[in-house]
Amino acid sequence: MKLLILALLPLLASSLTTPFKAELKKTAEQLIRPGYGLLACDESTGTVGARLEGIGVENTYENRATWRELLFTTPNLNKHISGCILFEETLFQDGAVSGKPHVTVLNENGIVPGIKVDMGLKPLIGGGPGETWCSGLDGLFERATDYYKQGARFAKWRTAVRIDTAQGLPTNLAVEEAAHGLARYARICQEAGLVPIVEPEVLIDGTHSIEETAKVQERFITLVYQKMEASGCYLEGTLLKPSMTVSGVDCPNKPKPAEIAQMTVQTLQRCIPPAMPGVTFLSGGISEEDASIYLNEINKIDRKGPWALTFSFSRAQQSSCIKVWGGKKENVEAAQKQLLARTQANSEASKGAYVPGSQPSDEESLYVKDYVY
Amino acid sequence: MSSNPTLAIGGLPANLDADILLELKETADKLCSPGKGFLAADESAGPWLRAGHSEAKKVPDNAENRAAYRSVCFTTPGLSANISGVILHTETLYQENADGVALVDLIKGQGMIPGIKLDKGYAKDKGLAGTKIGPLGHQETFCRGIDDLQKRAADAYARGARFAKWRNVLQIDPAQGLPSDLAIQEACTNLARYAAICQSERLVPIVEPEIVPNGNHDIFACAAATERVLAAQFKALSDANVYLEGCVLKPNMVKNGLEGPQATSEEIATLTVQALKRTVPPAVPGIFFLSGEMPLDMDNEEAASINLSTMNAMFPNLPWHLSFSFGKALQKTTIVTWAKGVNAGDDVAATNAAAQKALLNRSAANSQAVLGKYVAGSCASVGTDGNIVQAAGPY
Repeated sequence: MKLLILALLPLLASSLTTPFKAELKKTAEQLIRPGYGLLACDESTGTVGARLEGIGVENTYENRATWRELLFTTPNLNKHISGCILFEETLFQDGAVSGKPHVTVLNENGIVPGIKVDMGLKPLIGGGPGETWCSGLDGLFERATDYYKQGARFAKWRTAVRIDTAQGLPTNLAVEEAAHGLARYARICQEAGLVPIVEPEVLIDGTHSIEETAKVQERFITLVYQKMEASGCYLEGTLLKPSMTVSGVDCPNKPKPAEIAQMTVQTLQRCIPPAMPGVTFLSGGISEEDASIYLNEINKIDRKGPWALTFSFSRAQQSSCIKVWGGKKENVEAAQKQLLARTQANSEASKGAYVPGSQPSDEESLYVKDYVY
Repeated sequence: MSSNPTLAIGGLPANLDADILLELKETADKLCSPGKGFLAADESAGPWLRAGHSEAKKVPDNAENRAAYRSVCFTTPGLSANISGVILHTETLYQENADGVALVDLIKGQGMIPGIKLDKGYAKDKGLAGTKIGPLGHQETFCRGIDDLQKRAADAYARGARFAKWRNVLQIDPAQGLPSDLAIQEACTNLARYAAICQSERLVPIVEPEIVPNGNHDIFACAAATERVLAAQFKALSDANVYLEGCVLKPNMVKNGLEGPQATSEEIATLTVQALKRTVPPAVPGIFFLSGEMPLDMDNEEAASINLSTMNAMFPNLPWHLSFSFGKALQKTTIVTWAKGVNAGDDVAATNAAAQKALLNRSAANSQAVLGKYVAGSCASVGTDGNIVQAAGPY
């Protein structure tokens, strides 16, 4: 009886009133269990359209359903992938070939469906050049409730800041707005039963050094956690999706993977409370192989931070796959094998056990300037 | 994690050279040695007045007696097995014992690190304008001492101190909205400013945002306040470019108010560790609890050791060293033993030896508590007999 009361104490102690508290913690832990990470395929209609058109496929509802079905029906995907992040259309969509709801396919394979809930970046009036704010709070609770009913169990909201030290970017306005939006989103989602993945991206566009990235991340992520506390978020039922700590893509000094790993772990250890169960890194334009190598180096470091350090890659898992598919039915199996190769690489990397080059990839850098989700 | 000096600079405060950062980290790591904690010996007045014991208060409070008592403590044979650092008042930093030996040297000679209290306390009659009167009987406070801190920190380092301490005080009164946002902001930014200044003078700062237990609130009110304060504290430290790896935290445990429903040590342990896990980044090498005010019918020393031990036993894999920085909870029995001997005119050597034995025993008990192995009642204590309200006045 005494142990039961003790077990319940943490549940009583927060301001969080949602009945979903225990479920949130369980889902978060399930998503970051050892050897697992996320497949992010929540590209908006326009963005996924650009990818389809890149391989000569027309951006239609049916083609988008075909492409996503290819991903979700990949055999053995559930050996590496614990959850998939979907776009709203996809959450309510059926596979073009089987006619089966994507959500059903995922659930049958033990992969948790997640949902992107932000409504995109908009220009930040009063901010610095090119700065943005992330929209989507209006009506979020109602949408989140609908998404939960449809089968989603986690959510994602991606906000971004850019570094340009000479111009004073990111401005305090941009950082405050970004952190505020994330904290409000997180609290609302928890109230509706969705584990919020909190994504404070620091864009790699620019010439800034790895040290400048670290400094901006420390400022940004620390503020995010203070605002989450002020919003009454239940940290044990959240995840974080940060950038790895890298230099700007046009920085003349290219740090080696070991340095990237050390700076990333150092930055995270300075910012992230131990109560938060896991970090699912974004790739943000880093190539497939580089993303796996960096994740691997990160996990080789002896760290004090108890959180899982794993992946939530979109481009860095899909890029070669979509090229192998090329829109042709006869290539589906090969494309799925290519996807599985990268998810396996990342699964191994999350354990510090990946051998660089042991899984195939297109070597081209995925960095696209001013990428729009 | 390897300590490559080149990488140590990256993402770090631009105003501190790599060699200062390394020294701060090394000092902090030594302070956080496994099984060790701090003796908080920085009381402004005679520490026996803080013991809250009828026998102790009879000893005259003068510089000579303070030096004599503290010399006894600092020369306790074997103390360094349990104590990594000793926090001193400025008076003590510059004091000598009866044989003309600097007390700082006694500490260093024993293998412990001297630290210095650098705050100048708060004025009870002049609190933050517009704030409410809390359970302490005065408004919310602000702490003095920043203006000449740079010089005092440098002087303390020159004299042998290697770490520092600064205590801000917050009160809980949920009905009145205490602690207020203003009080929290003031306390946290003040502590962050102090921490940055100390680090520039190579002193590892102990950051102490104490939320006092006075009041009739329950443990959950303390948990909420503690999480709110600590979240703000680490944001303030980040804003002030404080090097977390070279800094330690001295928080209150999460407990019920003095007049609130009494929580068990398991509940205290669970909610305290939960609050820390939700707010303290792993980069901080160590957390050293204050013992704080307790009800008169509670054995201060025993309760503190038991609570600390329960935490470490229940949660053995924490990312930070979880330890003690106790004043009265380390010294109560020591003080009473010494004071009784002094008041009775007993043989000085015998009194001192008995006092030292008491201090060694209680420090060993707390060392066991850091390892989660303290057995309640296994360390002799004067208990609660003779408890009186401790003397008021500056800490």
